[in-house]
Amino acid sequence: MLYQAGFLLVLGFLAVTAVINVRANMQARGIPMDFSFWDNTAGFDINQALVPYSALSTYGQAFLVGLLNTLLVAAIGLVLTTIIGFAIGIARLSHNWIVARLAMIYVETLRNVPLLLQLLFWYNAVLKPLPGPRQSLSLPFSIYLNNRGLFIPAPVFASGAEWFALAFVFGLLAAFLFWLFAHKRQVQTGKRLPVGLVTTILIIGMPLAVFFLAWQPLSFSYPELKGFNFMGGWRLLPEFVTLLLGLSLYTAAFIAEIVRAGIEAVPAGQSEAAAALGLPRKLALRYVIVPQALRVIIPPLTSQYLNLIKNSSLAVFIGYPDLVQVFAGTVLNQTGAAVQIICITMAVYLVISLATSFAMNLFNRRMALVER
Amino acid sequence: MTGESFARQAIFVRNKDANVLPPPVSTRGFVATIRQNLFASAASSLMTIAAFALVAAVLPALLRFLIFDAVWSAPDGELCRATRAGACWAFIARKLPYFTYGSYPLDQRWRVDVMFGLSFVLIAWLLWLGAPARRLAAILFFLIYPILGFVLLHGAPSLGLPIVDTDLWGGIFVSLIVAITGIVISLPLGILLAMGRRSPLPLLAIFSTGFIEFVRGVPMITVLFMANFMLPLFVPENLAPDRLLRPVIGVALFASAYMAEVVRGGLQAIPKGQMEGAEALGLRPWQTMQLIILPQALTHVIPGIVNTFIGLFKDTTLVAAVGIFDFLRTVDSARLDPAWAGPAISATGYAFAAIFYFLFCFGISRYSLFVERRLARKRRR
Repeated sequence: MLYQAGFLLVLGFLAVTAVINVRANMQARGIPMDFSFWDNTAGFDINQALVPYSALSTYGQAFLVGLLNTLLVAAIGLVLTTIIGFAIGIARLSHNWIVARLAMIYVETLRNVPLLLQLLFWYNAVLKPLPGPRQSLSLPFSIYLNNRGLFIPAPVFASGAEWFALAFVFGLLAAFLFWLFAHKRQVQTGKRLPVGLVTTILIIGMPLAVFFLAWQPLSFSYPELKGFNFMGGWRLLPEFVTLLLGLSLYTAAFIAEIVRAGIEAVPAGQSEAAAALGLPRKLALRYVIVPQALRVIIPPLTSQYLNLIKNSSLAVFIGYPDLVQVFAGTVLNQTGAAVQIICITMAVYLVISLATSFAMNLFNRRMALVER
Repeated sequence: MTGESFARQAIFVRNKDANVLPPPVSTRGFVATIRQNLFASAASSLMTIAAFALVAAVLPALLRFLIFDAVWSAPDGELCRATRAGACWAFIARKLPYFTYGSYPLDQRWRVDVMFGLSFVLIAWLLWLGAPARRLAAILFFLIYPILGFVLLHGAPSLGLPIVDTDLWGGIFVSLIVAITGIVISLPLGILLAMGRRSPLPLLAIFSTGFIEFVRGVPMITVLFMANFMLPLFVPENLAPDRLLRPVIGVALFASAYMAEVVRGGLQAIPKGQMEGAEALGLRPWQTMQLIILPQALTHVIPGIVNTFIGLFKDTTLVAAVGIFDFLRTVDSARLDPAWAGPAISATGYAFAAIFYFLFCFGISRYSLFVERRLARKRRR
């Protein structure tokens, strides 16, 4: 009790001193102490904005633009890094010597070089020296890469596209309900329904039928060279491409190791027993190996996902307008409201981290061993 | 099938030798190894061919860039610009002092060299498991060396060492300072936080848990910004910390939260019987911690501590965000020197930095693996 009281006293004393000092220092330097800057005109432009934004917008809107850019790069990065990481992790366990070796070289190289160095390399040594639009590298599917960014075809929705989207959502929902029904029936009667076939028809077949019935409401706008630059399609900023590439490749190296360890953690006896029971390799993987491996994989995978989200803040080094670059960078420099802005930025990342680990914990609980 | 016809079919009398089967496919020797490892199935063969194609495309280009087409010595960027294709190692050779010492005054650089030498000796002493008096090495490293190093590098006019302002510090030596200070502060602090988190005193536990989870939930760069912009506001104006000290504090606090989680893992792995045994012997709680629990727990998590240190070392590159000229930042600024400007300079600089970081981190991770194996062997006995 005495210890705790002393601890509280010291902590309280430090906090009070800090607050007094902060007030005095901020007053002395003429730094605003409230959030009144939030509605002031920002006066700077941002080159990638998912919501309408101009130099006349407020600091609050700049915050929103930065936050959405962070979420965008994190969301796409999570999907990409999961795919790459699982592929490399499985390749590391391949019986093929050279494939396993290449995967190992990938993991060791990318894990042991700082992410910032990789980002600078991709940005300054690979993407920036690319030729201009007239000599751009042309990739399949009308994708072009040059020093102004990556140009990809953009989908254009005509009227009737909403029916297509509706059919797709409906198909997903119906497939899920059918899966629940089939599962229940199998538990009760032991009979299996053709889940795969019905699901394919519902999710892919039905929307396709609607798509053609509605006279193909979807077309693509392809990027085309007009004069000195590309028109049409979507333009991904070089900064965005760099950050996405760097984050996904770097995190994938860690995920690959987690996946490898997870699969290796399932004892060989498990797959032998499955084979002895007569399960074909595919079913053994699906019902015996993967569920057990996932149990080992998910918790460290969650922390890698969190790392990717947090590392997206390295955007500030290459000028991608994410939350840190826009809000804790430009807005902080313009307003000088350091305490408020850094607290808000940290709070935002805390909320994103907590939400991600909450979602992954839910998934983990579904996967975890049900003990009697 | 009726029983009769079955019986007729089943009757079988061999009147000549069975077909001679070919010998089983060899499982030894060069050809068999190749077949098993590279061409076990059609899919595997395809992958092998694809992998070889990848290697054939990348490896020669990489070797040409790094070695065969590289420019090894040149007075300035002229030669590098002319050959275009290869790395410009001459640029690295010329800038190496800058990469190592930053803008530290030329005639004072011996002080940095002494610091390098001291660090090397102490770290080798600590890492060599069979070395004598490692406890002394630990005391020297964690207590004496930081103070000595600071006095040596920053200067003490009374000892005849002129003051060198931290504005002039830079390069590899700043990266090492940040990393070493980080580990010197974060290891003890991490141990305290881990013990605090498991403490029966609720206030201490809440504070420790809150601190750890908060720091682990935010990006390092925001911690650095906080240290850089907010720390000077927290203290009276005349006590404002040095501009290099601020990010160092940020890095150390950040690393200590991660270190705390590693140490907590070790503490949890110690069976309760150890604690009870110590109590039965009449040891006080602090003695129990110091003599029984911590030595075992820390040995358990040496690999985790080393991995945290590798992460910390890689993260030191982020101090560039608050204007510190660490190694990567010096490379990144040297490549913009107009005297050397050329198409291959950026790639050369980054390749050099990558090799440096790779050798350092890979080396430490191999060491951690070695310690892990040794401990596993010890435990088995």
